[in-house]
Parts: sequence; structure tokens; C-alpha cells
Amino acid sequence: MSVAFVIEMLDIVKVFPGIRANDGVTLQVEQGSIHALLGENGAGKSTLMSMLFGLYQPDGGTIKVRGSAVRIGNPNVANQLGIGMVHQHFKLVHNFTVTENIILGLEPRSGLVIDLKGAARRVRELSDRYGLLVDPEARIEDISVGMQQRVEILKMLYRNAEILIFDEPTAVLTPQEIRELMGIMHRLVQEGKTILLITHKLKEIKEVARTCTVLRRGRLIGTVAVAETTEARMAEMMVGREVSFHVEKAPGRPGDVVLRIERIQVRNAKGLLGVKDLSLEVRAGEILGICGIDGNGQTELIRAVTGLSDLESGRILFKGLDLSNHSVKQRTDAGVGHIPEDRHKHGLILDFRLDENFVVHSYGEPPFSRAGILDFRAIRVNAERLIQEFDVRCGQGPASPTRAMSGGNQQKAIVAREIDRSPALLIVAQPTRGLDVGAIEYIHRRIIAERDKGKAILLVSLELDEVLDLSDRIAVLCGGEIVGVVDAQATNENELGLMMAGSARKVS
Amino acid sequence: MAKRSSAILLPVVAILFGFALGALVLVATGKGPLAMFQAMLQSVTGINSEAGSFNPRYIGEFIVQAMPIMLTGLSVGFAFRTGLFNIGAEGQLMAGSIAATAVALWVKAPPGAHVVLVLLAAMAAGGLWGAVPGYLKARFNVHEVVVTIMMNYIALFLNNWAVVALFKSEDRIKTAAFPASAMLKSTALSAMTHGSRLNWGFVPVLVSLVAYWFIIEKTAFGYSLRAVGFNKDGAQYAGMKVNRNIVWSMIIAGAFAGLAGAVITVGTFSFGRALPAAEGYGFDGIAVALVGANAAIGVFLSGLLFGMLKAAQTLMQSQGIPKEIASIIQASIVLFIAMKYGISHVLQKLGPPKPGETDR
Repeated sequence: MSVAFVIEMLDIVKVFPGIRANDGVTLQVEQGSIHALLGENGAGKSTLMSMLFGLYQPDGGTIKVRGSAVRIGNPNVANQLGIGMVHQHFKLVHNFTVTENIILGLEPRSGLVIDLKGAARRVRELSDRYGLLVDPEARIEDISVGMQQRVEILKMLYRNAEILIFDEPTAVLTPQEIRELMGIMHRLVQEGKTILLITHKLKEIKEVARTCTVLRRGRLIGTVAVAETTEARMAEMMVGREVSFHVEKAPGRPGDVVLRIERIQVRNAKGLLGVKDLSLEVRAGEILGICGIDGNGQTELIRAVTGLSDLESGRILFKGLDLSNHSVKQRTDAGVGHIPEDRHKHGLILDFRLDENFVVHSYGEPPFSRAGILDFRAIRVNAERLIQEFDVRCGQGPASPTRAMSGGNQQKAIVAREIDRSPALLIVAQPTRGLDVGAIEYIHRRIIAERDKGKAILLVSLELDEVLDLSDRIAVLCGGEIVGVVDAQATNENELGLMMAGSARKVS
Repeated sequence: MAKRSSAILLPVVAILFGFALGALVLVATGKGPLAMFQAMLQSVTGINSEAGSFNPRYIGEFIVQAMPIMLTGLSVGFAFRTGLFNIGAEGQLMAGSIAATAVALWVKAPPGAHVVLVLLAAMAAGGLWGAVPGYLKARFNVHEVVVTIMMNYIALFLNNWAVVALFKSEDRIKTAAFPASAMLKSTALSAMTHGSRLNWGFVPVLVSLVAYWFIIEKTAFGYSLRAVGFNKDGAQYAGMKVNRNIVWSMIIAGAFAGLAGAVITVGTFSFGRALPAAEGYGFDGIAVALVGANAAIGVFLSGLLFGMLKAAQTLMQSQGIPKEIASIIQASIVLFIAMKYGISHVLQKLGPPKPGETDR
């Protein structure tokens, strides 16, 4: 045992009222390695890392940094120990430049003024050294999400962090950006940094991490060498049972055209054409997957089909009926279901109770209201049924505050609400973003079950694997246009990637 | 349940802090706080603890003070539940008074019916005054705070113009007295409270409180208003008519404030008045709604509290305590409510830790 552990968290206990968030967890991280921390939502990963970063104090156990026991009372202490955290939600000032953001809090001075030039020079040096390609003069609001994340990384490096904690770093990235981030991580380790990677994506662990520690319900399940294990084995450790990765589905049996989009043009939030002359068809009993790099017209397409945005030209037919000028409510009533991309902002009213969230479409109709008066009994009974049927886990049943539920269960609630109305067309956007393996598996199964019932499904996802696994046919969006429609069985990641980047076209 | 108990605990702590600060200021000016609390007790119960006497007139005046600010509190609270900040309760109230004065002076109707017409007209006028910012917000996304503040000035000067030009005031300050059929006055209530201005105005106030609770909590319309208030985008995705809800919310908010105008004009007073400046009912309403957490029962209780503070002012003055102390207390309660995150943080440190902040 001559390995030097740069961080040791020994037998850590953290108790919140009613829950042991960490129960005797031990984590030992080798100097200069990428160490993954794997677990489902609520397994205690963030709690453990928050203690290392000084946001919480452990109720039991010891934390050692470079061999000596430390008490990390607040994040400043963590910074002094060379521990830095790249948060999942970036903490950047949008109208500041990259350099201004990086030096925020420790502005270098020359006399009375901030030495911005010197700072920018240092930022550029760091950026070059680690291959980050960040422009120190760029404004945050003008750069991509992936670049913003690199700014967060630079912030840590600028503060001389030796140990970098990445909290779910790929959740907000496109496939290309993910690949680049993996490269950056390798580079950081080569330069002697140590990385702690919080994630529930097994593929990424397999790709970059040397060691993986698995937590489940606050307990340590085990620490494994990634090279000597498989994704399936890690998934099993995480979930506590065997997980099937492969989405089981029979070949689709497409029927009549349910949704026909005819040459539509849609403006985006900036008033520019986000979707240009786009035509598509979705049939009953098939899943049409839309893939593309984020911001290539996905949002505008969904908003147009659901009635949230007006059409500039073209028309949308649903079972032969022209929906082009119908309101959201009219489309919903006609049989269009929608699982929105942003479940917090669009899918749910987070401050409502769970039972209230189940009736956002139907609160104005019997049995949930009569003569304009709500029937809370009917609303509760409905919620109890859906909670049961869709296995939504929530602390207080129908009366649970939606905000307090985990992401996976919030998403299950939305899926339950939409599928329960049995819409002939279901629009599904990013259905599994940020969810753990168990929830992903469940939601995929429900979507396929809807297809098998003969519903038409329009799936929009940035996760290429998800589109490939679920779809019967795949349409590729690039620059607001469909650049290819292919059979899901007869394509692969490479072909799709080329079309997504706009360097190939294939319209069959 | 933790949420509910803190919803009660927070205002109570803020109120206690407010009183403590008022007492401190009083001590700093060299007066004992005891007399202030005696004045407050007397204004609510009518009991003068020092002299051992009882005068129900104080109770009547206390209720008269509380009635209009409960209504403006409902007005602000209703708009707030839809995510709108109604600074315009004052103007909606004045629009209500103008309409009440007009119907009281110009319409001939049998007793009973006449006063009901007065109240309805005031609500309609207040609602109309609220509809303008509501429509501008929904149609052109003009911020309601700006519009309602401006509408307050328009209402004030419209009122002063109307008193002279339309209602032919002879002294340019007040109109002719209203006929008895148009008023909420009650000699019985007044006599019961030893000649106070107590009137039937509490009936529409109580009806409004119940209506507020019913609309917000029990109806499908209230459900969609709350949805818009919590998450406008989410409500739109669910297919709710967000813009229509915004307009209706402002109309109903305006109607509550308009009713307050009628209660003052034909209840507390018996003639229309020209005003040198706004009387502050709208701002009191913001305080009442804030402390009452925009709930009917909360508005009722905080309306009583602020009514007491207003009513106690004259008594405090008669005992040599500056009446501004009451305003200081009122302002500091609002301030402490606004600091609710800080207070709940302190409470959390003092009390047992709360569940729920777990790993996400």
C-alpha cells in the first residue's frame, strides 16, 4: 500500500433529519487519477462532495488531504487546500468577459485599478497549457455552454486548484462537447491534477476514470478499478439489481400518417427563422427520432407542433385536420401530448402539489371540476391512481410538494400525466436528461409501450444513443432543416454525426 | 407540514421584531414603551388599563380602520397570486369612490337596493381601473408597476376634478351629503360603540374575504390563476390562457380595491371628498398582503394588526407618544417580512434542523 492518496474520506457519516445521507462512506482518491463517484439521484454523492468542499460538516468520520486530517469549515478552506468544484449549474456573470469572471473575488491590482491585461495573459497561458481554447476577452453570453464550462474549469485552475470536483459535467453538453471534455480531463491529469467525477453515466466512467466508487442510498457499495469491470457490473452495483441497457423492442408496425408537417417556417426567440421549410411525417405505431446538435431548430419545431409558436408559413396536419391555427389547448384536446424538454420550467408547476400537477390540462372538466368548482377528492383519487400505476415515488402521496421530489420522479409524473390522456400523437423532448439508469429504463419502456399501442411518437433528444435505441426512423436536423431521414436499423453514430454537422445529406 | 408552520411562525417573529424595534425607538426618545402598549390594548379592546375604564368607541374605530385596508390587501394579494404586483390599489380605490359618489348622488333607488348599487358601481369602476394595466401587460407587456403608479395619479386628480365639476361641491372640498338610502351608516352600530363611525361596511369586507378564499382555493379559475402566478411558462405549456388570466386577475383585484373606496365614502364618510394627496390605503394594502402571505385568513389577521396600529395613533398622541412610532412599527414589520430568508435562517439555526435539504 504505497499508493499516495491525495484525498481520504474515512467512514463519513452525515445525517439529515429522517435520512442518513452518508452512512459510513469511505472514499480514497489516488494522486493524479480520475476517480468517479457513481450513484443514482439521492444516493449521497453530492452530500459527500459538499463535505469535501466545505458546504456541510460531517457528523462522523475523518477527512484527510495529502495525509493530514483537516476540518473544512467552508469553501474558502477547501480552496486553500487546493480543492475546486465545477458546479453543474455554472456560476458566471453573463455580461462579464471570461477574464472578468475568472478573477472575480481575487482581482489583481496595479495601483488602484484592476490589472485586466495581466489577468487575461495568465488566463490565456492556462487555457493554452490545458488545451481549453478559451478566448479571455469573450463575453460569457456570447459563448457556448461547453465553453462556459471551460471557463469554470479555468476559474479553478486560476486559483491553483490541484483537486477538481466535476459535478455531473456532461449533463448540459452535446456529444461533441462531451468528447472534448473527456480530452481536457485526460490533459489535466497528465499535468498532475486529480479529478473527482460525480456522474451516473457509465459510458463516461468507462472512458475516462481509473477508479470508481459506487454509492447506493447513502452507503458505500464498493470501489472498483474501472479497467477490470464492465458497465453492466457497475450499473448493477449502483441500482442493486441487473439493468438492461438494450432497449427491448419489437419491430414497429407503422400505420396511417398521424402528423404531417408541410413546409413550415418558424421564428425563434430572436425573431430569426429557426425552422426553414421543414416537412415531416409521423405514422401511428412508430417512433420518429429527431437528432441534431442543440440549437438547430429542435425547440422551434416542438413549439410549432404544440401550438406555442405561430407558423410563418406552411401547415401542420393532425389526422388530416389542419391544426395550424389551433391553440395549445385545442391541440391538447384533439389528442396531442407533450413531454417538454425543461420539466421544471415547462412541464410542471413546481409550487403546486403533485395531485394539482396531474390535472394541469383537465382541471376545467369533469370529474375534476363541476360548474367551475374544483373537486379535490376526484383530483386526489386521480393522483393516487397515477402514482400507483407509474410508480411515482413521493414522500406524501398526492399532497407531496412537487418541488421536493427527485428529478426522476418529477419526470415520471409528467410521463404519467401525458400517457394517461392516451394522445394519438406524443411529442417527447429530452425525456431522460439528468435521470439515473433506473428511471431512464422505465421511461424508455413506457414510450415504447405507447408506440406498440399504435400511438405516433415524435422523439427529440440530444442523446444520440437514446435516439438510436428508441427510434424506428431518424430525421436529422441541421440549421433548421431536415438533412436526412434514415432507418434506425440501417444507420450508425458516424453517419448521423456527419449529417448533424451538416457535412452529409441523405433524404430517402 | 414544516412549510405550513413556518408560514405562520415567520410573520409572528417579524411582528414581534417590529414591536421590539418600535419600543426601542421609543426608549431612545426617552419614553417608556408601556404607555404605547397600553394605547394599543385600548384601541383594540376599549379598556383603559390605567384608569380601569371601558369605552367601546375605540373598538368601533379600530374596525373602521381595518376594513378598507383588508380590501386593498385582498386587491394586492389577488394580483400577486397571479404573479402581478398591483401598486394601483390606491387608484382603483379612488375610482371606486368616484363611482360610489356618483351613484349615491345621482341614482334614485329604494333603501337597500341603493346601497347595493353603490357598492357594485364602485367594484365595476375599480375593476375597470385595474383592467387597463392588466390589458397593457397582457397585450403589450408593459410593466404593471409603472402603469398602476401612473393610474394612481390619474385617479387622484380625476377625483378632485369630479368633486368640483361633476358633483358641484360648493366648498370645493366635499360634495353634498348622500341620502341615507345610499349609505352603509347604522345608528344602531354607532350607538353600540358609543358613537364611533362603525358601519355596515364590515359585511362586504367579510363577504370579500370569503369570496377571495373561495375563488383562489376552490375554483378552476383560481387554479389557473395560481398556475400562472407560480409559473407562467408552465401554465402556457399546459394550454392555459395566460394573458386572459392576467387581465381578469387585475379586474378582480381592482374590484376589491374599488369596494374599499365605497366602504370609505358611504360608510366612514357620508359625502365625496377632494383629497390633497393619496391617503396611503394602497400602500397599506401591500403591507397587509405581504404580512398576510396573500391568503384570505392572513389578510384578515394582518388587516386587524395594521388597523390596530392606525387606530392606536391618536391614542398614543394623546399620551405624549409621537404617533409616528406606529408607522415605524408598521414599516419595520414589513421590513422584517421582506427579510424572511434571513429570519428563517436564524430560526433554523435556533430550532431543530429541517428535513428536506438532502442530496439532489
